[in-house]
Amino acid sequence: MSSSKEVLFSPIFDNNPIALQVLGICSALAVTVSMVNTLVMCAAVIFVCAFSNLFVSMLRSVMPSSIRIIIQMTIIASLVILVDQVIQAYAYEVSQRLSVFVGLIITNCIVLGRAEGFALQNGPYMSFLDGVGNGLGYSVLLILVALVREPLGAGTLMGYTLFLSVNDGGWYIGNGLMLLAPSAFFIIGLAIWGLRAWKPAQVEPADYEIAENVQYREAI
Amino acid sequence: MSQRNRDSIGNILTVAISVCLVASILVSVAAVGLKPAQDANRLLNQRQNILVAAGLLADGARSDEQGRGINELFEQFEVRVVDLRTGGFVDDIDPQDFDQLRSARDPARSRRLDSDEDKPTLRRLEQYGIVYLIRGDDGGVQKTVLPVRGMGLWGTMFGYLAIDGDLVTAEGISFYRHQETPGLGGEIENPRWRAQWEGLHLFDDQGRPTVELVKTRAPEGSDARKRQVDMLAGATLTSRGVENLVNFWLSDLGYGAFLENLRRGEV
Repeated sequence: MSSSKEVLFSPIFDNNPIALQVLGICSALAVTVSMVNTLVMCAAVIFVCAFSNLFVSMLRSVMPSSIRIIIQMTIIASLVILVDQVIQAYAYEVSQRLSVFVGLIITNCIVLGRAEGFALQNGPYMSFLDGVGNGLGYSVLLILVALVREPLGAGTLMGYTLFLSVNDGGWYIGNGLMLLAPSAFFIIGLAIWGLRAWKPAQVEPADYEIAENVQYREAI
Repeated sequence: MSQRNRDSIGNILTVAISVCLVASILVSVAAVGLKPAQDANRLLNQRQNILVAAGLLADGARSDEQGRGINELFEQFEVRVVDLRTGGFVDDIDPQDFDQLRSARDPARSRRLDSDEDKPTLRRLEQYGIVYLIRGDDGGVQKTVLPVRGMGLWGTMFGYLAIDGDLVTAEGISFYRHQETPGLGGEIENPRWRAQWEGLHLFDDQGRPTVELVKTRAPEGSDARKRQVDMLAGATLTSRGVENLVNFWLSDLGYGAFLENLRRGEV
């Protein structure tokens, strides 16, 4: 049995849900245009992931295996609605900008993946920690992406101006690509590269070997 | 509990029903309990945008220089429901309960727009619209704020257009909901771009709405320049959308008849 510290911290770099398992990419693309949105989204995912793990783990001994996915989805969906309602009530402007993406946490593979893969086999305390850990792993990568996208795209960070943009009478011409979702692919890709260079254990074995270049004559 | 008992029909039903029950109670308590706060937020946000359009509040501010809050500032407004076809006030509808967007979807209180008149792609046009007026001491209208909406590139843009007391020049514009690309079409929120709307001539000499979004504005001091706003760089379709929606709502299909009545002093 792994220690609680390991359960909490290993998803951050060693077993990052985005970088290693490549889950939850959709929202990572969508909300990272600005740091404020990202932080609210991260908090929401940490909350949902932690508590869905907790409740699934508490119910694991009575949960019929034939309907376990439906029960997990019900728990996750209720928590997501709860978060969405709270954000709408107390952070209205952010909720306007996040629009559907809070609701889409329901379909975030990380949450269901942890409930199914961890909480069903472990006790409530460990499952809760695992949920928090995976939420943190998701958050670290999202914050990293937002840290690149917002300054390069809009010249601001957390809404504060770093580079005064041309549209506001300054000199900085925002990088339009950074404002669009595909840029997050590049940044996540580079982050995965960096992480695997740092921790070579994460490099997956090749599925096939690339053959040497051949002359077309040899192929016939 | 053994595997066999867990997968019995009785247990499946018990677990399913109790999980659903607990989840639905949790969700409904949250939805009902937080509703007042959410409604207050929505109303405050709407009022803030109206005040920003009318130039009474700085962007994103919660109070003006004298420390008056949004709700206090908003009390200056007289909120009325207007019949868009005749341009007269409708007194039997309480503006507090009137939801213009909902009425646009109600077949009894709206009509389908023909494609040649439907420049901003609204599809349906409501009979009644809401207006926000500020009257001076003599009862004359000093500011008129109209809700406007129309298609941008990705979705409908919702905003407010404020008109000065002369009923010809604009006071300002603000958009409170849109899905335009951040940094390109999303710049409709940019205060520097919006500043061009102040003093913009909305109508030509015949009273037709003639706002233009152009690549290069006519030279300083010319007549044409008074009716022109810069297009947004990299957002042709958003700019066209803004042009279409402003001209639509100022035309006789929108608030044209009402504004004409105001000019003649008939309402």
